[in-house]
Amino acid sequence: MTWTWLHKLASPPHAYRIAGRLAPWFGWPAFLLIVVGLYGGLVLAPPDYQQGDGFRILYVHAPSAWMSMFVYATLAVAAAIGLIWRIKLAHAMAAASAPIGAWFTFAALATGSLWGKPMWGAWWVWDARLTSELILLFLYLGYMALRGSFDDRDRADRASAVLAVVGVVNLPIIHYSVFWWNTLHQGSTITKIGKPSITGDMLWPLLTMLLAFTLYHVAVVLVRLRAEILRRERDAAWLREELVS
Amino acid sequence: MNLGGFFAMGGYAAFVWPSYGLVLFALVWNAVAARRLHAAARRDAARRAGAGERA
Repeated sequence: MTWTWLHKLASPPHAYRIAGRLAPWFGWPAFLLIVVGLYGGLVLAPPDYQQGDGFRILYVHAPSAWMSMFVYATLAVAAAIGLIWRIKLAHAMAAASAPIGAWFTFAALATGSLWGKPMWGAWWVWDARLTSELILLFLYLGYMALRGSFDDRDRADRASAVLAVVGVVNLPIIHYSVFWWNTLHQGSTITKIGKPSITGDMLWPLLTMLLAFTLYHVAVVLVRLRAEILRRERDAAWLREELVS
Repeated sequence: MNLGGFFAMGGYAAFVWPSYGLVLFALVWNAVAARRLHAAARRDAARRAGAGERA
C-alpha cells in the first residue's frame, strides 16, 4: 500500500490549494442551511408545551454547544497527530481550530445563560454541565495563550499539543455530566437510548442547524488553515510561485 | 401570522433575540476574521517574496 497520496496531501502547497478549493463547497451549503434552520426554528417549529417560545434558544444553543465539543475533539486529534508523527500541518490545523472553538464555547455559555434566566430563574448556577463547559472555555483560552507565549513555533506546537491532548478528558465529563450528576441542566434530547424525546417538527430545524454549524466550521477552519500555512511557509519557494500566478 | 406576536416570542423576546443575535454575530465575525487573516498573511508573504526578488 502506498502512502504517497497522504504525504502529498500533508505537504503545505497541496494543503494550501486544496483548502482554498474546498472552503466554498462547505461555506455556501452552511449558509443556506442556516437560513433554512433559522426559519424552521423561529417560525415553523411549534412552541414548547412548558417553555413556550423560550425554548427556541435551543436552535442556537445546542449547535453552539455541540460545536464547542466537536471542534475541541478535532483540535486534540490534530494535536496528537502532530505530536506522534511530527506532521506540521496537523499542528497548523490544531492552531487554526482554537479561536473558532473558543467562540462556540462562549456562545454556548452565553445563550445558555439567556435560557437559564427565564427557565431556572438564574443566569448562572455551578451545575456540573455548566462548570465543565466553562472549563472547556478555559482550555481553549489556555491553549491559545500557551501558543502565544513561545517565540519558537515548534516548541509552541509541541507544548500546546500536550495541553490539548490532556484536556480531552473534559469532553466525556461534559457529555455525561447530565447523567452522572443530578444537574439542573436538562438531559440529552437526541442522543438518548431509544427514541429522541422531541417531535419531528421541532427536531428537523435542530438537525439542520447542527449540520449547518459543522459545515460552517469546516469552511472557516480551512480559510484559517490557509493563513496558518502562509505564516509558516512564508519564505518557501513554492509560495513565491503561488503568489506570482 | 402576526408579526408583532412573532417578535414578542411569547414574552421571551428579551432572551430569545439576544441569543440569536449573539450567535449570528459570532458566525459572521469568525468568517470575516478568517478571511481577513488569510488576506493579511497573503499580503505579508507577497511582500517578502517581492523583497526576495529584489535582493
